[in-house]
Amino acid sequence: MNFYNEMYDANGGIREHYKGYEAWLKATPPERIERKRAEADLAFHRVGITFAVYGEEAGKERLIPFDVIPRIIPSAEWKAMQKGLRQRVTALNMFLRDVYHDQEILKAGKIPAEQVINNAQYRPVMQGVDLPGDIYAHIAGVDMVRAGAGESYVLEDNLRVPSGVSYMLEDRKMMMRLFPELFAKHKVAPVQHYPDMLLEKLRAVAPKGVSDPTVVVLTPGAYNSAYFEHTFLAQQMGVELVEGRDLFVKDEVVYMRTTQGPQRVDVIYRRIDDDFMDPLAFRPDSALGVPGILKAYQAGNVTLSNAIGTGVADDKSIYPYVPEMIRFYLGEEPILNNVPTYMCRKPDDLKYVLAHLPELVVKEVHGAGGYGMLVGPASTKEQIEKFRQLLIAKPEGYIAQPTLALSHCPTFVEEGIAPRHLDLRPFVLSSGQCVNMVPGGLTRVALTKGSLVVNSSQGGGTKDTWVLED
Amino acid sequence: MLSRTADHLFWMSRYMERAENLARLLDVTWQMSLVPQPEAAANQSWNAIIALNSLEQLYAAKYPAVNGDNVLKFMVSDPDNLSSIHSCLRLARENAHAVRGTLTTEMWETLNSTWLEARGKSFDQLMAGGIGDYFEWVKTRSHLSRGVTVGTLLQDEAYHFIRLGTLLERADNTARILDVKYHGLHQGGDEGATDFYQWGALLRSVSAFEVYRKAYRDVITPERVAELLILHGDMPRSLLFCMNGVVKNLALVANRQSGETQRQAGLLHSRLRYGRIEDILKDGLHEWLTDFMDRIYLLGDGISHDFLVPMAEAA
Repeated sequence: MNFYNEMYDANGGIREHYKGYEAWLKATPPERIERKRAEADLAFHRVGITFAVYGEEAGKERLIPFDVIPRIIPSAEWKAMQKGLRQRVTALNMFLRDVYHDQEILKAGKIPAEQVINNAQYRPVMQGVDLPGDIYAHIAGVDMVRAGAGESYVLEDNLRVPSGVSYMLEDRKMMMRLFPELFAKHKVAPVQHYPDMLLEKLRAVAPKGVSDPTVVVLTPGAYNSAYFEHTFLAQQMGVELVEGRDLFVKDEVVYMRTTQGPQRVDVIYRRIDDDFMDPLAFRPDSALGVPGILKAYQAGNVTLSNAIGTGVADDKSIYPYVPEMIRFYLGEEPILNNVPTYMCRKPDDLKYVLAHLPELVVKEVHGAGGYGMLVGPASTKEQIEKFRQLLIAKPEGYIAQPTLALSHCPTFVEEGIAPRHLDLRPFVLSSGQCVNMVPGGLTRVALTKGSLVVNSSQGGGTKDTWVLED
Repeated sequence: MLSRTADHLFWMSRYMERAENLARLLDVTWQMSLVPQPEAAANQSWNAIIALNSLEQLYAAKYPAVNGDNVLKFMVSDPDNLSSIHSCLRLARENAHAVRGTLTTEMWETLNSTWLEARGKSFDQLMAGGIGDYFEWVKTRSHLSRGVTVGTLLQDEAYHFIRLGTLLERADNTARILDVKYHGLHQGGDEGATDFYQWGALLRSVSAFEVYRKAYRDVITPERVAELLILHGDMPRSLLFCMNGVVKNLALVANRQSGETQRQAGLLHSRLRYGRIEDILKDGLHEWLTDFMDRIYLLGDGISHDFLVPMAEAA
């Protein structure tokens, strides 16, 4: 397979936007970089920028490996991507508004109604509920990849509780601390205002009539894998970090328990999945949520960010229809590419998929985080046969895509500098008519040679992401 | 501030203070055990530590006999004993972890590294390296976490709840140390050199040896030791000093339902502020201290109820 290299072109020449960095790398003694890498590790450990891994000893924390070679994006490329992200996230929000109101897109036959209505992520309780600014996904983490010839694709729209933004911010802080001279030489677009931008968005979607809203971050607790990020964002925004047990609902209004008595809460940036938000409405065994919060939400007395029920728009079975949404709601052609997708519920698609399993990636439609998928080229005969049986038994549960030759970028690994595959997750913030993002996003890199899975739970690392200004 | 946040801060500081005072109590007991004395007397003072913390059952289930080595192991490193120094340092860190966003980075790093270091030390290593050195280390880490709090934390509600935890715990612990040692000493007192060393060790355990000299410029007598540790308002580990701080910090965080707790604190404070050592001793120091510890316990309960435990759901 031919891979696109972010730093070098096909003839081994250095791409224009990497020239400055490459010259610096050549001129810098390897011992200095080695020392700085050790310094970064120590600092991350001491500050405790860690994540918990499920299935390991309770409370055990690991570092996400940080690589000192940045992922650099030229200005023009970012501008085009930004335009595409705005368009895509706008359409997704319009789709959610539509699905939970008049369902015009279903009536027009653009998406089969049963694909939406029978989807486990569709929440009937949201039908007819009006939200401030008609925004459902205030925070979207759109996973972008680049394939063989350098073209970009959207791999996934994460509209539920996308995480990773704290690593984007900490990576930048670390890079500036370790190598300040690089920032003197390059015009790197700043990202540190993300928490301010997020707070502004959250305040903007407060319930009607609230002029000075109380915003909180809701975490499942200290043992959640992303607890560091929850703490970090609350601290950076200067708002309370609450757990479900800190909140209660009385007369359809949400309060937090404080040392000075109950205090009303207007906007909740929640980092808990829909299923756990309200034991009275969803999973009754959830101890993480707040009983009665759904009623308060339906009454318009509190804003949840993201909204309940956004999962119906980022589900893998709906993903193939996003370009159609853009055409339907905006009357525009999609700027960002979708990965061609075979929907196994269609007999023709299934036939093709079954005949080409060794070269495809097969994904479970409701799966997430790199679990429950088959990467054909990297799988054994037995694994492929197992998936074949799964597909035949339940075709509507799967989609398939060609295996993308993800681009790679030079990365420090044990044997020195070697290319590793990566993706990019920009964080797109929406409120009313306004869609904003800080330049770049989180670059995740698969540290295992040849691996295409960048998830931190599967041994992925991160890089600082630079958008160069003109 | 969230009630739960205040609760974690309160207990974070209580556990750290408890670890320090436990180190002080064990240190003085250990030092006293080095002074020649009958074995029964030595074991009695170790036994008193177990009884003081109401840990007789748990102890008996794990150790065959009461002696210095076993009690030290039980109170220093035993993870099954939630009152051991090991457990206190772990719980201080766990409470800090739950509210790390409220702490300054330096505070969090101090508590985190204290626990990481404590976790790496086995009891045998501690004994080999000199258990006295370990007690010094625990005290130093407690000094450090208090210093970093005073030196870096905004003096808002968070700070007041941390102070409340520290002072309430210290009041209780000083009363305990005094009770167990005063009792033991008075009974077996032989009016000789031994007594001098014993009283000296007790004063040193609360960093009050030099203070005593300064305050009284005279020989050490049990009555004055009691007076210093109970009624001397300038002595940072005395009961009056602790209650001064409790009353002050309670007033700073007061809410609509804390009136009764404040009244109880004020009552206890005035008993110390206007009390005389003659009267306290006349009624029996042990009885007086037991009553004091009961009241401290109720105060802690009141603070929990008024501020820390989620309030009744009335808007």
